[in-house]
Amino acid sequence: MTDIGFVRSHLEESRPAPHRTSGPLAWMQKNLFASPLDTGLTILGLLFLLWVVPPLFNFFIGHAVFPGGTVEDCRALNAGACWAYIYSEIEFFIYGFYDIDQLWRPNLVFLLGALLLIPLAIPKAPYKGLNAVLFLVVYPIVSYYLLAGGVFGLRVITTEKWGGLLVTLILSVIGITLSFPLGVILALGRQSQMPVIKTLCVAFIELIRAVPLITILFMASIMLPLFMPQGTTVDKFLRALVGVTLFTSAYMAEVVRGGLQAIPRGQYEAAAALGLNYWQRMFFIILPQALKHVIPGIVNSAIALFKDTSLVYIVGMKDLLEAVKTKNDSALEWQSSNTSTTGYIFAAMVFWAFCFGMSRYSIFMERRLNTGHKR
Amino acid sequence: MQKALVSIAIAASLGLGATAAHAAILDDVKAKGYVQCGVTGGVAGFSAPDSNNVWTGIEVDYCRALAAAIFDDADAVRFTSLTSQERFTALSSGEIDVLSRTTTWTMSRDTQLGISFVGTMFYDGQGFMVRKADGIESALDLSGAAICIESGTTTELNAADYFAANNMEFNSVVFVDQDEVVKAYEDGRCDVYTTDSSALAAERSKFANPDEHIILPEIISKEPLGPVVRAGDTQWFNIGRWTYFALLEAEELGVTQSNVDEMLGSDNPAIKRLLGVEGEFGTPLGLTNDWAYRIIKHVGNYGESYDRNVGPDTPIGLERGLNALWTKGGIQYAPPIR
Repeated sequence: MTDIGFVRSHLEESRPAPHRTSGPLAWMQKNLFASPLDTGLTILGLLFLLWVVPPLFNFFIGHAVFPGGTVEDCRALNAGACWAYIYSEIEFFIYGFYDIDQLWRPNLVFLLGALLLIPLAIPKAPYKGLNAVLFLVVYPIVSYYLLAGGVFGLRVITTEKWGGLLVTLILSVIGITLSFPLGVILALGRQSQMPVIKTLCVAFIELIRAVPLITILFMASIMLPLFMPQGTTVDKFLRALVGVTLFTSAYMAEVVRGGLQAIPRGQYEAAAALGLNYWQRMFFIILPQALKHVIPGIVNSAIALFKDTSLVYIVGMKDLLEAVKTKNDSALEWQSSNTSTTGYIFAAMVFWAFCFGMSRYSIFMERRLNTGHKR
Repeated sequence: MQKALVSIAIAASLGLGATAAHAAILDDVKAKGYVQCGVTGGVAGFSAPDSNNVWTGIEVDYCRALAAAIFDDADAVRFTSLTSQERFTALSSGEIDVLSRTTTWTMSRDTQLGISFVGTMFYDGQGFMVRKADGIESALDLSGAAICIESGTTTELNAADYFAANNMEFNSVVFVDQDEVVKAYEDGRCDVYTTDSSALAAERSKFANPDEHIILPEIISKEPLGPVVRAGDTQWFNIGRWTYFALLEAEELGVTQSNVDEMLGSDNPAIKRLLGVEGEFGTPLGLTNDWAYRIIKHVGNYGESYDRNVGPDTPIGLERGLNALWTKGGIQYAPPIR
């Protein structure tokens, strides 16, 4: 017989199948039930969701009163959010006291703004230069005359009547578009070799940053008129707009300065070696690199400005939030225990939608411009 | 801010001279073509947007009456919503021509701020609200009650004074915010809710079942609310004051928005004088003789404005009380036009 070391006399018993490493069950096992602690946390989490989600769902959708419902529905014992109230008062939330038969004017302004802003925001859209000039120069002028009237037979509608989302958007769009170039100039001025310019810029930035926005608005609305000769009044809206813009430009300046300082000296020297003058160096070499670095900071300031516009309630202007509050307090025909809650939720959702939009767009721009570090 | 500081510096150096050379308010208003009126901007019945987003309320009606008297047009008025902090500055800086913003007439305000109160458009005062089921009919029955109060207000002090003066005790349940106070009362955390009676009525109208709550008859503080003008311009002050009196006088004489044209033919000499059929009462004010006719034609009389905005048939549902005419048990009283 040959030496055969090992002959299998019977079949090896089959081993259990290996753990699945893909599919929902495996995922759950790996991520949710890997250890007793994980299992416990998962169960706790589920219980929390069970506790929180159904009431929220009932409040927002299940028991909510939708447009078409009446105030009696909102007053019912277990009624949820009173969306019918928002629907009924939406014109005040968006336009404030603006004459109701002239609403096509702000609507046209909104439409024009969207038509000009969207192609400007899409990198591939053509005619960027023309588009920018239209949006930054022509559009504000056209919008002003459309809203305020007084030309081409349009009825005069003074700024006291503007309100709601209209005011929030005007303040933030103009504030952002003006404070950005102002901030860049201030940042460059702060790095300037010329002592007068440098001192002025530093003083301006530090003064504004040392003072809360509320104080600036108060100053503009309460102190300023006392110093002016009696009878000369500067429009309240304009005062708030200037205050908000100057405030944000100081913050923008510091954000941009951060970007400027991140650029290595070699870039400045190389640009100078090419024989470019100051403005050429800045606009073609330094700023394009510097601004790219600080997009999150710039968008941060823009979002902060958008939210800060609510503070103009201090000077008696009715921005979106204040318009909602006004109606909460005064629309007695809609009073119920959920009316003001619904109003504030609506305002929060609008603010969130705009701010979230801005932050997503900034992430998109960052990725697109991140050419230097991407492989 | 820098720009602001520069303009402040320039303005400050010019300021004094410019103030002295300032012209009469009526001439300015006529030149502008409208009255600039400061209002609260969010108190139902006093000044608030209606469902068409047009200003309504009794504060607003007063400004419209002023515009009607001057321009024969109740819409020749622009409204500025003001916070309580900026209202007096807005008035003294000339940003507004008249302040009609639930402002309590007090001695220090009248004498120290360079402003003049025109009259008391609305007598307000602190009151108590209780649940009907509790069977309380007078504030004197409230001994030992738990009272919901907003902290740090005169309301709190007034209540303490009132209970001490009547040898009663109470437990105060204090909150920082008005909304919290109302919520606590609604949830049954206290028996009584106290604040100005007009606000009590407005809050009551927001409850799920307003009829389950009553406002007790006692008023424990004086809050006379009225329009205010800048001090020093007697003509403008008189226009403001007599616009208010004309509203009252019209109600007393039974002249309403709907019957004012018939009343032009009335034989009653008081009505003839009010409507400018007889005598010269408007021109000395710098207005026309039919100034009061215009007010009533465009705005109505005081009672009509009251009923339309805060009266028993509105959601606010305020009885006239002290604001009834003196002939009907109230204290609204206008000197005769003669």
